[in-house]
Amino acid sequence: MTEWHEALSHLLIVAGALFFLTGSLGFIRFPDVFTRLHALTKADNLGLGLLCSGLALQAGGLAEAAKIMLVWLLVLLASGIGATLVASTADACGIRPWQNRTGASREARREPHE
Amino acid sequence: MTALTLGFDLLLAAGLVWLGWQALFLPRRFAAVVHFMAFNLLMALVWVRLEAPDIALAEAAIGAGVTGALLLTALGRLPSAAAVGSHPQQWHRYWRYPAIFAACVGAGWLAWGVQRLPRPGLAAEVTAELDATGVSHAVTAVLLNIRALDTLLEVAVMLGAVMLVWSLGPALRPFAPATSLPGLPALSRLLHPLFLLVPTYLLWRGAHAPGGAFPAGAVLGAGGILLLLADRVGWMQQPRFKTLLRLLLVAGLALFLAVGLGGLLLTGTFLAIPQALAKSAILAVEVATALSIALMLMALYLYGEPGR
Repeated sequence: MTEWHEALSHLLIVAGALFFLTGSLGFIRFPDVFTRLHALTKADNLGLGLLCSGLALQAGGLAEAAKIMLVWLLVLLASGIGATLVASTADACGIRPWQNRTGASREARREPHE
Repeated sequence: MTALTLGFDLLLAAGLVWLGWQALFLPRRFAAVVHFMAFNLLMALVWVRLEAPDIALAEAAIGAGVTGALLLTALGRLPSAAAVGSHPQQWHRYWRYPAIFAACVGAGWLAWGVQRLPRPGLAAEVTAELDATGVSHAVTAVLLNIRALDTLLEVAVMLGAVMLVWSLGPALRPFAPATSLPGLPALSRLLHPLFLLVPTYLLWRGAHAPGGAFPAGAVLGAGGILLLLADRVGWMQQPRFKTLLRLLLVAGLALFLAVGLGGLLLTGTFLAIPQALAKSAILAVEVATALSIALMLMALYLYGEPGR
């Protein structure tokens, strides 16, 4: 493992952690279940991909690296389908997506939760 | 580096205490269950930090995954009026001091027990005996040969839990999802080969590395639970498979007992496995136990006795 590898791996891991941070921030700040799902699935999946790539660069061999990347693929599959199921269930239960109408926008912004 | 790891450990410990508190005292049951699942994930990390990857695997699979999903599906079946638990203030006023006293006594007892543990542990003795056990991984050797009685009793306790749940009444009809999207069946179908491959890998690994019957059974059971939630395991509910299901549920325990009694006949000691047979006997017990554990986890999800 060269120094160049290590620097790249650290860079990827830090970038992945930043995406996770963004996703978590979106999860806390966004107003409803649909926007929160968007934050969690997209940002976190990219973050996990970067994190896994960074870790795979540090892996002992090709088999180990492939196993780490398999983790990412499985999470992609599960979270993609899971997010669709959560969103469609919420839709079927009558939860309407939050809309930032100009008249109500200030009210909505004041109370973004619940 | 040591300051960093110490900080991480302290953060983990504080997070565990906080999550445990939230899981116990949050009035909204859904929030409490989510905190409980997060607690188990952190607990798995703690086991990794304690260099016990075997327990971490089982904790993540059973604690966070299977138990969390069991609690969530149970919550989904409750009427919505039960979403908020009773406020703890009413009863805990009288019990506060006895409870604090009991917790202190328990903690003191544990600390005393830790003080009396042999140092530096029994690792050297286990390593010395490893060649005679038939496997090369110390944890599997302890679980299935040296202290096999403990594992036998654990499987018996799980079987007892299944019997307890089944004694509550007939099995509930599977959950009808709010949407008819093909996502859940598609997910279970896509993941099914992996839900068979990973437990086999974990079982095979158990002989020389972290893995073995409990993590394998948990992963296999998780796949089965996904199928149950997608309503794809009709045979468990059908009366004509009643006997087969019960036989498979007790297979692990029965084979374990048979090995133990065989040991009694061959060597004169219950559960003593002759060295020549050790590897194959352990492998057979592990396969049967993993299958039984997976089916027991699935059986818990029926919330009652099928075919009654």
